[in-house]
Amino acid sequence: MKMTRRVFLKSGGVAMVGMTAMPAFLQRAIAATPAPNKKKLVVLFQRGAMDGLNVVVPFAEPNYYRLRPTIAIPQPKSGGQDAAIDLDGFFGFHPSLQPLAQLFHSGQLAVVQAVGSPDPTRSHFDAQDFMESGTPGKSSTNDGWLNRSLVAMPEEQPSSFRAVAFGPYLPLTLRGNAPAIAIPDLKQFRLFGNPQVTESSFEAMYADSVDKALHGVGAETFEAIDSLKKLDPDSYQPENGAQYPNSRFGKSLQEIAELIKADVGMEVAFLDSGGWDHHVNEGGAQGQLSNLLRDLGQGLAAFHQDLGEHMDDIVFVSMSEFGRTAHENGNRGTDHGHANCMLLMGGQVKGGKVYTKWPGMNEGQLYQDRDLAVTTDFRSVLGEILTKHLRNPDLSPVFPGFENDPRKFVNILKA
Amino acid sequence: MFGLYGRTGVAAFVAFAAAGQLFAARRVKLFVEGETVRDAGNLPGKPVPQHKVYKTGKSDRSNSTSTRSVSRRSRVDEACAAVLAVGLSLFLAGIVPSAHAGDAGSASQTKPNYNLPKAFIGSLPITQLTEDEAISQALNRLAYGPRPGDVERIRQMGLERWITQQLNFDSIDDSAVSARLSGFDTLNMSSAKLLEKYPPPNRVAKEKGITPEEYRDQMKQKMEEQRQSLRQEGVDPAVIQLETLPGPQRIQMELNIATLDRAIYSNRQLYEVMANFWFNHFNVNANKGADRWLLTSYVEKTIRPHAMEKFEDLVLATAKSPAMLFYLDNWLSADPIAFQQMQAELAMRRRRFEGFFMGMTPPQQRQFPQPNKSLNGQPVNAPPRKQERGLNENYGREIMELHTLGVDGGYAQQDVIAVAKCLTGWTIRAPQKDAQFFFDDRIHDQSVKYVMGKRIDYGGMKDGEAVIHMLATSDATAHHISFQLAEHFVSENPPQALVNRMAQTFLSSDGDIRAVLKTMIYSREFWSRDAYRSKIKTPFELAVSAARSLGVDATVPVQLAQWVGRMGEPMYQCEPPTGYADTATVWVNAGSLLNRLNFALTLATNHIQGVNADLQTLLGEDASANPKVALTRALNDFLDSQVSDGTRATLEKQLSDPQVLQARLDDPVKHVNEGLIAGLVLGSPEFQRR
Repeated sequence: MKMTRRVFLKSGGVAMVGMTAMPAFLQRAIAATPAPNKKKLVVLFQRGAMDGLNVVVPFAEPNYYRLRPTIAIPQPKSGGQDAAIDLDGFFGFHPSLQPLAQLFHSGQLAVVQAVGSPDPTRSHFDAQDFMESGTPGKSSTNDGWLNRSLVAMPEEQPSSFRAVAFGPYLPLTLRGNAPAIAIPDLKQFRLFGNPQVTESSFEAMYADSVDKALHGVGAETFEAIDSLKKLDPDSYQPENGAQYPNSRFGKSLQEIAELIKADVGMEVAFLDSGGWDHHVNEGGAQGQLSNLLRDLGQGLAAFHQDLGEHMDDIVFVSMSEFGRTAHENGNRGTDHGHANCMLLMGGQVKGGKVYTKWPGMNEGQLYQDRDLAVTTDFRSVLGEILTKHLRNPDLSPVFPGFENDPRKFVNILKA
Repeated sequence: MFGLYGRTGVAAFVAFAAAGQLFAARRVKLFVEGETVRDAGNLPGKPVPQHKVYKTGKSDRSNSTSTRSVSRRSRVDEACAAVLAVGLSLFLAGIVPSAHAGDAGSASQTKPNYNLPKAFIGSLPITQLTEDEAISQALNRLAYGPRPGDVERIRQMGLERWITQQLNFDSIDDSAVSARLSGFDTLNMSSAKLLEKYPPPNRVAKEKGITPEEYRDQMKQKMEEQRQSLRQEGVDPAVIQLETLPGPQRIQMELNIATLDRAIYSNRQLYEVMANFWFNHFNVNANKGADRWLLTSYVEKTIRPHAMEKFEDLVLATAKSPAMLFYLDNWLSADPIAFQQMQAELAMRRRRFEGFFMGMTPPQQRQFPQPNKSLNGQPVNAPPRKQERGLNENYGREIMELHTLGVDGGYAQQDVIAVAKCLTGWTIRAPQKDAQFFFDDRIHDQSVKYVMGKRIDYGGMKDGEAVIHMLATSDATAHHISFQLAEHFVSENPPQALVNRMAQTFLSSDGDIRAVLKTMIYSREFWSRDAYRSKIKTPFELAVSAARSLGVDATVPVQLAQWVGRMGEPMYQCEPPTGYADTATVWVNAGSLLNRLNFALTLATNHIQGVNADLQTLLGEDASANPKVALTRALNDFLDSQVSDGTRATLEKQLSDPQVLQARLDDPVKHVNEGLIAGLVLGSPEFQRR
């Protein structure tokens, strides 16, 4: 019988005595061994409601320019640095996403536009919860869609890195019954002091705790620490000349790349970025949004470059809780809106295309007379990824109450 | 030491840890002072663990005086003599642990006493907690955990009296904290003064005619030089760290320090808990532009004066605060038509003014360059950039969703717009120089508004005041605020009945925060078994309670503030207006736990600059030679001895480790690594809860 360390730790009252007496090499030997070459999913949550209309710009939609007199991105044909980068004759990338335009045209990146949650809320916090739980309109859900997907695909011997959030805490997306771990800083993921004392003490105390919230948390933490001991994050060198931006986002992407290459068994990775809530001075081709998009574009391009052939097994997807008003507000910013866009990247993505049922931006076409309407449910995009990429056979527990009919998928992934 | 016991010794040890836990499980106060009594006439090589059962109650209280050394000594003396027999019997019982552990437990003469003396509890409805537990509940919820001596102090003065004092905090002397804060000059500075003393780097660079990058490099070099010279002078590294923070960061760090110092040292603990609760409720992010300079006065002048007063005054104060006006963008919100009219008038005046200075560059050309860029390749009739301003919904939404009604408070999108309209003209005068609230009638929306069915047509500033009055005193708000208070103070899922009673008090007392707190504190729910130790500490609460437990001297706790950030709760830097979460799932999960453990070890082993713990004094002289004494006292002082079997057994097992004993072959004297022991206790699962 195979026995994981976690099972071992939980197997009775002798654990606290037995565990600490066990030699370190044995502890590591029974640590979960990762399965290589598995499909991986990288999820980005852009908190604060990104202005999707200035990211994937509908430059052929005249209303866009009517509603956004000062912050609109000029049409590609106007030329120059500030112009949108043509994607398909109708939509164009914000000029700061230049690095992504290349990936788009080489078929590695695709866009879903006018996508979002059917729930009408314009509260950041409710909307984030709804999107992370995967249950729009239901605030009582306390686990995330991605975690439920992992639960639905149990592994006999899951790596402690099967699900990792890069940041100081675990987002709702990854909370739930399947083990998931938050890594605030890969370079500092170790316990201070002499591990013989500190590690074995804390490990035993937490493994043995009857505290519901803390039970198991310790065991998972220490498993991860053990597995990471062979890594040397300080010496990590991105490959293929990739240069990550010097930002939290860039740093997290690099850590994800490192863990993917280290083959520690990571299946899903989560990262988030903030600062997208631009009620004032959002800027057009230059400005606040532009700066964030530059970080986004450079980061993703570096990630793609660094991972090289690994990208065949990776799907990256981004989301943000809702979009912003179609019209700009009185402070050259935008207020809370409805539909947004999602980016998908990777070898399995049928790139080079903007997937959308464009709802239009005429007066009668806007949601509640003010926002871009949602024509694609975010759950069908995620559902397709889970089904085709991670091979989840049953989406009903992942998105309860939402009929995720494969025939209605956007068809944005191969196979 | 453990090894000396041999096999039976280990069994005995485990057994009495188990027996001890049985007592604890029965809510009996038990101090296991298992000391190896080599010097008490026992045969060498056959150490006998000793026990001492501390009973709660009046008779004991008179014995344990408030000074640590005396009670220590008496404990040890007693331990050496009277309780030897109990120890022996337990030791023997340990040989057949499973059969006798239960007996040992029931043999105890104390049963959990939930019938607390009237003189102690007054009219507090405590029926499910022992005296120690009640004190612990009070100190963990109405304060940031016990400092050395706090438990005894409350025991002496009575719980109700302590609570009454905390509610009427003005009478509590807090000069010690004031003294601690006196060296941090920015706390008393106006935003104007702060801007003058710590100007924005970009502005300085511009004045100097250099790029911001060049200026940053200059400052870097200057700070490095200063660091070197301070080092040569032998200045405390923590002070150097503060002194060499670049410009405006100093302001925020001093605010962090003040908040930490107050939480750690203030005798007005409940007041400090409330001040931090309200800041988090009316969150403002220091990293948003001008807010770095506005935050100090927001904390000192807006939040703190109202923390225990009337809720409506608090909402009104935040609504008028430059920090909030800037953070949620209301200072720019304007009625677009009124704004255009104002612009037109200004332009007219300028033209008249120009008439006097024919031939000079018209000022409006300097101020309003006409971009008229073609956006889509076509000429666009976009108005000149600076001349357009209109409604901004940001604050209008958050004041309802977060500050007052709550997200399910019954408002709709048109209400958000109506509230935003009512609040147009609530803006900041001279935001870059001397930020002050002012109502600008010229950009106020004069139309009639309907907010949740109520017609508002007063006109002028009264519109906003009427809306705030309406929101702050509404039923939904009373429930929302009561729920949040109960969630923070009682439990994550506070009983609805309690929230309802608090909301009733809120409504009948005109939103008197103190009255609502009193209803909560005088509820059975607050003192229930369910609520007891049910809350997970936030990183800030963990850091402060650990510092309090250790009785640290935090002179310049820059690194302590940084640790709070590292654990996931950077102070005054919560980006979204929700503030930080108050629920366990957010704060405790695999991975993020690591920072908490490292923090505990770092703090207790005195590796956080500017924060010094004197463990020898805290745990007693004798503890430095006896790891068991050290552990027992750490458990008692930090956790009121309420730890699980597992935690206690694990910790006790470590005591024989050379790392703990710091034993050296050539050194017969063993010096206990008290920091490590304390760190392990502070990192235990039990210490993560309050």
